[in-house]
Amino acid sequence: MVQSNFRGATATAFLEWLTPSSLTSLSSYSSTLSVLLNEKGGIIDDTIITKHAEDAYYVVTNAGRRERDLAWFKQKLEEWNASERAAGGKVEHEVLEKWGLLALQGPHAAEYLQGLTSFDLQGLTFGKSAFVPIEGFHLHVARGGYTGEDGFEISVPPAQTMEVAELLSKSSVWLTGLGARDSLRLEAGMCLYGHDLDEDTTPVEAALSWVIGKDRREAADFIGAEGVLKHLKDGPPRRRVGLIIDGAPAREGAKILTPTDSEVIGQVTSGIPSPTLGKNIAMGYIKSGWHKKGTEVAVDVRGKLRKGVLTPMPFVKPRYWRG
Amino acid sequence: MFSALRQASRSVSSTRALRTPASRPVAAAFTLRPLARTLVTTKYTKDHEAVIYDDQKNIGKVTITDYAQTSLGDVVFVELPTTDTEVAQGESIGAVESVKAASDIFSPVSGKVVAINEELGSQPSLVNKSPEDKGWLCEIELSKPSEMDDLMSAGEYQAHCEES
Repeated sequence: MVQSNFRGATATAFLEWLTPSSLTSLSSYSSTLSVLLNEKGGIIDDTIITKHAEDAYYVVTNAGRRERDLAWFKQKLEEWNASERAAGGKVEHEVLEKWGLLALQGPHAAEYLQGLTSFDLQGLTFGKSAFVPIEGFHLHVARGGYTGEDGFEISVPPAQTMEVAELLSKSSVWLTGLGARDSLRLEAGMCLYGHDLDEDTTPVEAALSWVIGKDRREAADFIGAEGVLKHLKDGPPRRRVGLIIDGAPAREGAKILTPTDSEVIGQVTSGIPSPTLGKNIAMGYIKSGWHKKGTEVAVDVRGKLRKGVLTPMPFVKPRYWRG
Repeated sequence: MFSALRQASRSVSSTRALRTPASRPVAAAFTLRPLARTLVTTKYTKDHEAVIYDDQKNIGKVTITDYAQTSLGDVVFVELPTTDTEVAQGESIGAVESVKAASDIFSPVSGKVVAINEELGSQPSLVNKSPEDKGWLCEIELSKPSEMDDLMSAGEYQAHCEES
């Protein structure tokens, strides 16, 4: 992941230009899932934005989009700072180079972390963050993660990454690969950039309209607003949906067809046999009109048509700590 | 199998001993029972399929190797060809799926599919438990038995796995 700080008197307004999120109304030390949008309203990247104060934000973006994101931030920041909108104060962007980001995830994550700190984690609910003393370290801890389970994302300065990683992976904690995380995020119905999201997809198509603040829809003052608002008003041409598929697992790229005349109406963007459910789950995009839950479709897996049923996501109920 | 094995993130210890084919009765020149001259040989592909060939029946039983099943992890679905299908050497005849990946099964030999392992429909995990025996995939009647000569011996295959 790429971690960044945005600081400056107009930081809130700047990030509200880059994203459709209502950051003005976000309380301090709270996070929100958001999207960086291009001029057409397509998703450049998905991101977690944490507000520390009106003039200070901590932003996590995808490592796989590093070049694109950083170039975008640089270009837009220069535009912003040269404009009248920055009259109240310029915005600075700092990339937290070589900082570590450790995700401690699972039903016992809180119990484990609580053993290492005097900070009461009961009060740190999903989406909140705090600087927490952990065995002599002072670390930014965000409650959440990308697994659908309770957990924490812990940001660590470069010199301490090894030590903190060792501290957090003792005894009952297992180190996990990205494959396991990919299964969990898909069970939780969450998108993976480059698979389920790309620059030709708006947040409305991606079933992420909830990230677009109500006040932002009226103001329409964010980059890409025109395309996004058009999809909100007229309905998007296609929508991200969940599917459960009989027989063979359908993977990325599998075509979704009408069950009767085999007309192509969509495509799978992520799919696995779910280890938790013992069923083949997938997400993908389907032509509007076919997106209602319970709709039966056919999915082409290696030339054989399998029955798919549109199923609401998450496939597995998240277990976030909400206090 | 090849692409999925490359994808598989769990590394397989290269020092792990591969299962070698069980010893078979080998034709002996001095036998007094000419009807028992059956020679069963097991050969391997670079894509981690094996074929156990009975030269008297001219039938090869196709499996994936123990190395392949370990790399894939828990097999959750096996797609098999249809009986009576004519297949060519190297042609995709099905797939083995684990949580991590779907990987094609390429036919090690040309011929006609004469039997498939129906058990795998309800018990795909047989491929993990007994990849080169109870977890067999299909039987092929060979149209070009000489293709067996192009495949790897157990020793060559083991060396191939250690390289990869």
